[in-house]
Amino acid sequence: MVCESWKARLDTYLDREVPEQEMRTFDSHVRNCASCSADALSRVQLKRAIQVAGKRFTPSAEFRKRMQQSMLPKPRRSFHLGWMLAAAAAMVLVVGTLTSTYLRNRSGRDQAFSEIADLHVATLASSSPVDVISTDRHTVKPWFQGRIPFAFNLPELQNSEFSLLGGRMTYLEQTPGAHLIYDVRKHHISVFIFQERSLPARLSDNAPQPGQLSFNAETWSQGGLRYFVIGDASAADIEGLAKLFKAAS
Amino acid sequence: MALSGANLQLDSFEELAIPLFDQLYNFAHWLTQNREEAEDLVQETYVKALKGFSSFQLGTNFRAWIYRILRNTFLTSRKGLKVTMTVPFDFDEDEEGPEPAIERDTPETLMLARSSQESLQQAIDELPVHFREILLLCEVEEMSYQEISDTLAVPIGTVMSRLSRARRTLRSQLQSHLQREAGPQIARGTNHGL
Repeated sequence: MVCESWKARLDTYLDREVPEQEMRTFDSHVRNCASCSADALSRVQLKRAIQVAGKRFTPSAEFRKRMQQSMLPKPRRSFHLGWMLAAAAAMVLVVGTLTSTYLRNRSGRDQAFSEIADLHVATLASSSPVDVISTDRHTVKPWFQGRIPFAFNLPELQNSEFSLLGGRMTYLEQTPGAHLIYDVRKHHISVFIFQERSLPARLSDNAPQPGQLSFNAETWSQGGLRYFVIGDASAADIEGLAKLFKAAS
Repeated sequence: MALSGANLQLDSFEELAIPLFDQLYNFAHWLTQNREEAEDLVQETYVKALKGFSSFQLGTNFRAWIYRILRNTFLTSRKGLKVTMTVPFDFDEDEEGPEPAIERDTPETLMLARSSQESLQQAIDELPVHFREILLLCEVEEMSYQEISDTLAVPIGTVMSRLSRARRTLRSQLQSHLQREAGPQIARGTNHGL
């Protein structure tokens, strides 16, 4: 039991996480103490065994290829193309200077929409797009209790073409929110709801103009909550679902 | 200028993120315990990391930053939410004292010699996820306590106590595996008190 205090810190010592001065004292003790030395040896063996056993999974060739195609390094551009891009960059700079004030006002909003579009696409591409699977708003709404710091209402969908598929938690700029997925004529529409005050910058109520985003989208603020409706359905459908939400809130 | 800045940023991201691909996938698979979910998790992590790369300060710890994104993404996934509902994920462990000394004749060497790699992997797999992740970050990723603290967003004291409990639980799991595999003669012949 003499070594109990040493042994209590043996793992920290073996992780090389004790202060340098103490490290030397520890080294000296372990070298001269048969009990601690044996204990240290067995712990090192366990560490090494975990290290080997822990390197267990490797990505499949198919997944690696998919990632390389989607976001890992693109083939380097040719020298000629590089100059063309540089010229284009110069033009961008000129145009950018002229329009910077206008863009500054819009950039925060556009970035938020771009994030929202990413969340929408990434979710639909996922093998498990929703965490609560139900067409019943009385099942989906309570599921968010305790998961997000606010409550919201879901619209009654009877006599409408929309159907609820389910929901999941989401984050925008580290702000927790609700993500609901609806279906209309085989198109999926995402509805995102966040606390307005938690979002980093205030957003205008104007959605991006058609063409700026490859989706139709609408946003508005109501009752302290910021709503985003986005999808590849028609603008009329997006507006229709937004109206139902506005009426329910 | 804007374009070259974006290219520079993309280059920096690629330079930092690509070497971590295999490690991130391994960690994601240990967390999700499922290949498809691990792939989704890694993909989502890279999308988020690339998107938020402008907020990352070059020169600070990229590895801890991207692992933290992966972990936070996992925690908001269906499986992650299930985990947080069943186990208080970041419960305060600082009250726990230091790990008691292992008994002199605790036969870890014997235990390891008798345990196959498969049973060790199974024992790691059976650990609660908050123990599994910290053990992997420390032993497999060889992260310092400070890096683990940054990744898990917990104080270093919590890293130490959680790590200690994770190791103790793993030893106990291995002990059970060994007893199941070898039958009663092992328990009779040695003192396995942990």
